[in-house]
Amino acid sequence: MDIIGTSLKRVDAFDKVTGKAKYTDDLVSAHALIAKVLHSTIANGWVKEFDLSEAWKVKGVVDIVTCFDVPDIQFPTAGHPWSTDPKHQDIADRKLLNARVRCYADDIAAVIAEDAIAAEEAVRKIKVTYEEYAPILTVEDAMKEGAVAIHEERPNNIVVKSTYEIGKFDEAIQEEGLIKVVGDYETPVVSHCHIESANSFAYMENDKIVVVSSTQIPHIVRRICSQAFGVGFGKIRIIKPYIGGGFGNKQDALTEPLNAFLTTRVGGRPVKLAYTREETFASTRTRHAMQFHIESYIRKDGSFAARTIKAYSNQGGYASHAHALVANAVNAFRMMYPVGAIKSEAYTVYTNLPTAGAMRAYGIPQIGFALEAHVDDIARQTGLDPIMLRKQNMMKLGYVDPITTITCHSTGLEECIDRGEKYLDYSRKRLAYASQSGPIRKGVGMAIFCYKTGVYPISLETSACRMILNQDGSLQMQIGATEIGQGADTVFAMMAAQTIGVTVDKVHVVSKQDTDVTPYDTGAYASRQTYVSGMAVKKTAESFRKKILDFAGFMLKKDPWDLDIKDNNIVHTNKDEKLLSVADVAIESCYSLTNSTHIAAEESHHCTDNTYAFGVCFTEVEVDIPMCQVKVLDIINVHDSGKIINMQTARGQVHGGMSMGLGYGLYEHLKFDPKTGQMLNDNLLDYKLMTAIDTPELHADFVQTNDPTGPYGNKSLGEPPTIPVAPAIRNAVLNATGVAINAAPLHPQRMFEAFTGAGLIK
Amino acid sequence: MYNFNNLYEPTSVEEALHLKKEHPQALWLAGGSDILIKIREGKLAHCDLINIYCLEELRGICLEDDGSILIRPLTSFTDVSMHPLIKQHVPVLGEAVDQIGGPQVRNIGTIGGNICNGVTSADSATTLKAYDAVLEIASLDGIRLLPYAEFNLGPGKVDLREGELLCGIRIAKESYENTSGHYIKYAMRKAMDIATLGCSVNVRLSSDKKHIDRLRIAFGVAAPTPIRSTTAEKHAQGHELNEELLEQVAAGALADVSPRTSWRASKEFRLQLVKEMARRTTKAAVEKAGGTING
Repeated sequence: MDIIGTSLKRVDAFDKVTGKAKYTDDLVSAHALIAKVLHSTIANGWVKEFDLSEAWKVKGVVDIVTCFDVPDIQFPTAGHPWSTDPKHQDIADRKLLNARVRCYADDIAAVIAEDAIAAEEAVRKIKVTYEEYAPILTVEDAMKEGAVAIHEERPNNIVVKSTYEIGKFDEAIQEEGLIKVVGDYETPVVSHCHIESANSFAYMENDKIVVVSSTQIPHIVRRICSQAFGVGFGKIRIIKPYIGGGFGNKQDALTEPLNAFLTTRVGGRPVKLAYTREETFASTRTRHAMQFHIESYIRKDGSFAARTIKAYSNQGGYASHAHALVANAVNAFRMMYPVGAIKSEAYTVYTNLPTAGAMRAYGIPQIGFALEAHVDDIARQTGLDPIMLRKQNMMKLGYVDPITTITCHSTGLEECIDRGEKYLDYSRKRLAYASQSGPIRKGVGMAIFCYKTGVYPISLETSACRMILNQDGSLQMQIGATEIGQGADTVFAMMAAQTIGVTVDKVHVVSKQDTDVTPYDTGAYASRQTYVSGMAVKKTAESFRKKILDFAGFMLKKDPWDLDIKDNNIVHTNKDEKLLSVADVAIESCYSLTNSTHIAAEESHHCTDNTYAFGVCFTEVEVDIPMCQVKVLDIINVHDSGKIINMQTARGQVHGGMSMGLGYGLYEHLKFDPKTGQMLNDNLLDYKLMTAIDTPELHADFVQTNDPTGPYGNKSLGEPPTIPVAPAIRNAVLNATGVAINAAPLHPQRMFEAFTGAGLIK
Repeated sequence: MYNFNNLYEPTSVEEALHLKKEHPQALWLAGGSDILIKIREGKLAHCDLINIYCLEELRGICLEDDGSILIRPLTSFTDVSMHPLIKQHVPVLGEAVDQIGGPQVRNIGTIGGNICNGVTSADSATTLKAYDAVLEIASLDGIRLLPYAEFNLGPGKVDLREGELLCGIRIAKESYENTSGHYIKYAMRKAMDIATLGCSVNVRLSSDKKHIDRLRIAFGVAAPTPIRSTTAEKHAQGHELNEELLEQVAAGALADVSPRTSWRASKEFRLQLVKEMARRTTKAAVEKAGGTING
């Protein structure tokens, strides 16, 4: 029976909708102490001293820890696999609490109290004396000669600069008859807005520090906590229950290292450190704002002769994932249209904005907006067709990236484009809408993308899985890969069931990761888990299946090679006649007086391949010019993510990603006070996350290729749906109004300025 | 957990007024949708609260003998919008308060709390201004009647004196009779948002439905407090129903408003919205009244 490709109900659906599923806050001990962090009220400077006298007077205060009390150890926070090569290690640039203030709402002290009211009040009563410098909020200001160094290790504030050149750019642009198209594009700082705020609770047990946390990356967080105050990996234990979303924010150590330290200050008593929504906005991670300058040289036939990009990524106060994002962006600039000469220069720059880190699709929504807007700008300036331009220059099957060697093992991109075009009737409408007048106009737009499946060969890709047979023929499956709402547990259960030959109800996924017992995996990020961890599940399932068949062979006195498992039964290979049930084998293997064997399997998979997923967004919008509003009339994403494991959860991923993309294109952006660096809209009223009634009907479709490198022919899907939406909307507004808006999001204030500038509003 | 020291729960308005006299520093607590947020922010740590939410005598909507509609202040937004008297006589008020927050906030939030907060973005305020509402304000000295037009003293400041409690909002029969209204809330999204600009217009047409007999127009977020545009109203008086009317109303509105640039939106953008929304809201109100522009 084929399980892969069906719309199996999520394995955690009932517990989640009935409230039985346990999240970190559900697990906090009844008498846990409450910790609150004091965040700085300046963006740049030094903490000179604290006056704690009033804070200590608050009834219920147990301990106050300041930046002068923490270990003098700088550690990295990014959720990357560790590199044993010092050159590739993440930048260790923060302490648990910091006297050098690098962004507004930086963590400078913490209070532990008997309850939240006491902790909050004591935090308010701590008086701080600062030495204050002017906040540096933009890349331009940070790179200016003589700008204050935010980290002494990087006196010019440039975290990393990288360049590459494919072919010879300067020669390529000498070709006669080339048309030059230039554009500047920028993307905003946005927030992940996972429902469950950053939170953890920590305690000590048997001289070990245990941290229960809402994280995407329990094994990595263990390593980071170990590094943050110099205790062995084995002394730290991270437990990850169900989590209410992460979107990359929790691919970083957030509250865990500090909380692990705080419990040691109070003799191992449980300490809860739960960030409010405001703290989650201002004091965790954001998506990098990026600025791009692109110059393209096009031949008359539409082929790209040469392209160059300069990219600037605003890192905020601490390195976190640092240059990896803008590097990913300029790599995609090359990979998407890998023709002609290509030259790139990319900078990641410290500023006093909140720290930017990982967020769904890791730098690609930024370049996706810039690049796909730019391709439409090329179409407009050359009079060429936007679809033809893309098809002519985009990545084709067999492409081997000259820098990363990542190979295009499968592509359904052309068919994705064709399906989207047909669905929307794009080409006809684009021409029909090209010259409208009047206050309300329609437009169509589209955008494409490519996206890697995991991080190899930039970083390590490794994963492990364990299966243990129960006496009733069911099994426990433990995986280091994490369920973060995306449906990982469900697709892993389907993979295991398919490969073993049992029905899905026999697979009990142990959803919770506990680093003391769970096999290793780096966690949920990079849309890697179905591809990388899926292979670990497949290998473990194959090994597990063989062990069951070996024992069945012993019971039946038959060669295991002649046996197969189908629908929970042991059968003759190629015959469906039932010989035994898996349950018969399970109970005999456990209690056999002659041959008791506890059937279990554990395999790890070191993935040394990668592949590209693809997709498109097509959308039709209506622009109300005097009101500066865009209404999305129709929108579809078509994806090539290889073989789809679960059609229903895949659609869910696409809808969620499109929603995030719509927010990126039209609504969401964090705003900062230019004088102080304070975040102005650190709440869900002022940060305009779309509500249900703002969301148009979302359409998702799939072109199912069969990728030879995927465990089940599958490729990445978790992050990609968010990439093409914003540029498609921007291009649709361009089609409707003739106004090219080169900064996301296209919010009303920005459209008012653009339409006024273009003379559409007088 | 909320940081407050004392919570008083009176069982009558009179007891509430006595409690307020004994504890003048205490804050009135109605639905709590504003005040609990302020307490959570730590701004009101250790405050005292007088919870009037359970005072049924301050809840409900009725028609008075003189034909005026009396809305008690604790009536929730949901109950305002669902009430037959509102649906029949001032449906625009229900349409306006239906655009506040989400269903939960509309169930707990009260119309009295909305106007006593004194913020310029209050969705009920513009329509109540445009209908010349009159407020009944109680104190131990008795009831004081105050035109709502005079209630807002500045941003977040209203004319509630020490020991006073709002206990009624009245709309006179002459004000709502033969009148049709429309409200447009401009916000960055369609729910759970505060207005970038709000515009409420109501019109009474001449009997042949060719002219404006009376037009009243109010804006939220176009000035430090909700305001009426008397210039626009004068321009509209007796005007024929045509494009020129819309131009005149928009021009009049621009003359009276004084929006400012904030990080939420620029003054110039808000002025564009004033102009456009004055036109659109007027047009919609005229059409609801059975008139047509250029018809």
